[in-house]
Amino acid sequence: MQQHGRFGDFGGFYVSELLIPALEALEAAALEALADPAYRAELADLLTHWAGRPTPLWQARRLSAELGCKVLLKREDLLHGGAHKTNHTLGQALLAKRMGKTRLIAETGAGQHGVATAMAGALFGLPTTVFMGEKDVERQQPNVRRMQLFGAEVVPVRSGSRSLKDAINDALRAWTEQVRDAFYVFGTVAGPHPYPTLVRALQKVIGEEIAEQSQEQEGRLPDAVYACVGGGSNAIGAFAAFLERPEVQLFGVEPAGHGLDSGAHGAAIARGRPGVLHGAHSMVLQDPDGQILEAHSISAGLDYPGVGPEHAYLALTGRVQYLSATDDEALAAFTWLCRREGILPALESSHALAALAAGQRAPGGPRHGPDALVVVNLSGRGDKDLEHAWRELAARGWRPGREI
Amino acid sequence: MLSDPSRIAAAIARAKAQGRGAIVPFVVLGDPDLDTSDGLLRAMVEGGADALELGLAFSDPPADGPVIQAAATRALRAGVRVDDAFALLRRHAERSAVPVSLLVYWNLVLQRGVERFYGECAAAGVDAVLVADLPLEEATAALEAARRHGVAAVLLVTPLTSESRLRAVAAAGSGYLYVAARVGVTGERSGVEAGLAHEIARIRAVSTLPLLCGFGIAGPTEVRAVAEAGADGAIVGSAVARRIEAHLGDPAAMINAVRSFVGELRAASGRPAQGTPSRGGPQC
Repeated sequence: MQQHGRFGDFGGFYVSELLIPALEALEAAALEALADPAYRAELADLLTHWAGRPTPLWQARRLSAELGCKVLLKREDLLHGGAHKTNHTLGQALLAKRMGKTRLIAETGAGQHGVATAMAGALFGLPTTVFMGEKDVERQQPNVRRMQLFGAEVVPVRSGSRSLKDAINDALRAWTEQVRDAFYVFGTVAGPHPYPTLVRALQKVIGEEIAEQSQEQEGRLPDAVYACVGGGSNAIGAFAAFLERPEVQLFGVEPAGHGLDSGAHGAAIARGRPGVLHGAHSMVLQDPDGQILEAHSISAGLDYPGVGPEHAYLALTGRVQYLSATDDEALAAFTWLCRREGILPALESSHALAALAAGQRAPGGPRHGPDALVVVNLSGRGDKDLEHAWRELAARGWRPGREI
Repeated sequence: MLSDPSRIAAAIARAKAQGRGAIVPFVVLGDPDLDTSDGLLRAMVEGGADALELGLAFSDPPADGPVIQAAATRALRAGVRVDDAFALLRRHAERSAVPVSLLVYWNLVLQRGVERFYGECAAAGVDAVLVADLPLEEATAALEAARRHGVAAVLLVTPLTSESRLRAVAAAGSGYLYVAARVGVTGERSGVEAGLAHEIARIRAVSTLPLLCGFGIAGPTEVRAVAEAGADGAIVGSAVARRIEAHLGDPAAMINAVRSFVGELRAASGRPAQGTPSRGGPQC
């Protein structure tokens, strides 16, 4: 390996010797491609004409009025595929082509990364296999069908918690078996080096656009950026452009599930300890022996007991403040955004909005004043969540036409 | 290169002196429960194992196939903790001189503390430790702790390992080298990947450590093939776990099945008389 992929003490590549040659080849290809104007031009062209970049930065007027600060929504939900995942699947599939790989493997939680990989597989003519926890197959049916329409094979994973962490285990196994021909399209800024660095490089376009659009529309950079954090790909993408700009406050929002003290959540930074999961040293939910605990979140995309190593580092240094939102708070934000702005957000993204709202409504006064420019990264759209959210809302006594 | 003093290397050398490859069966400690697991350790010794490879159950073992993962899940569901696994290891060491290699995932070592972990291994009579998800670049702390506590640090080499990397791994490893007989995760496959003899020769050219082959060793046929390819022995895991799985709920039958399976492996481990003797084996 040419680099160690460390963020302070976090990161690295804790994998079987069998995967080292593949990671070495991936690192070399990624370094070369990212420095190659031809690769960057091809990717930019695809992002513009196929995927629909740049995505708008929308000034949410009714939200702003209610929250007492100027709220700007970064509309990654409008990206082709319905989430920010397309940014990094296009980049990785293009790399796979360049490396002469003949098939794609991916894991998926909510199904957005699986869909985005399946789309890229179709676009580039690469057969695609997506591993998805059986529990997620049940709660994200529309995305399963979309992947199948794009020609991907969806493999339900029945081991462990039957969700994202187990899908990653099986995808790693499949990659180990087919390492000569297959490219593993990783879905977040976690996993062994070089994935956290590579996925960040492909997602940082979000924050770069935020900076540019904010300057253009508001004449200045935002005061704060909020993003939800499961593995943390949309958050790193939204934050990267601002890490060296200390005047921009950054907030990552972890899933608090039934509550941080309930034992049923996915808040690896708030409640985890340093450990090694899926090839990286990061914050991990685990028992005293080091067995990985099952996470819980209403949103499949955040239902993960680990977090990307750069987030663990940014939490340690204090550059990013990590908050959390419960299932209930996320659901409330989900319906609230629908009714106030006519936008149906993913349950994942609803966590970011919920944390902003909670801070503005806090008894001690709002976190951001009336002149503050606050960006919420709306990482994906909520069509995939309809059935699941409908059931969860009904279970909480909600009926159409009512606020929660 | 110094001769390796480990008991594992000595056991492999003893098998070689008897004209056969070493048989190293693998089970997950505590699978399917602590008592039965203790019986299985005895049975493997009685069946003729030259050494044992024993795994600490881990919740998320991506280097293992579904059969070993299921074994780990059974142990964890039975409530087996790392402390219990060490207790099993101590009981084995008290009654048997058959050496033990421990297979672990790094997070279990990290959470216990690297120094403490290797110290406990030494105290429990563990001869060697292989960390499944620790490549050489990340292994510095493990290699140092292993050396301090007199535990061999076993490293993995694969058909994909480059020449320069092979040299570095061979120089850093001790006890034996774990040779992946095929590319993939652990699990049974019929036959052994073509080119294993060439692979063994490639490794012999840079290392005097004994070579044990694992990954995909399903039974006596593969054990024989591995011996014929010039390896010093075979590690057999998933095939043992499948026998455990087949007899869940009947510990006596399970223990008998594993004992006789290890016996079959042992019977198949003889090298053909005109077989190519390996160069540069252990000098213990």
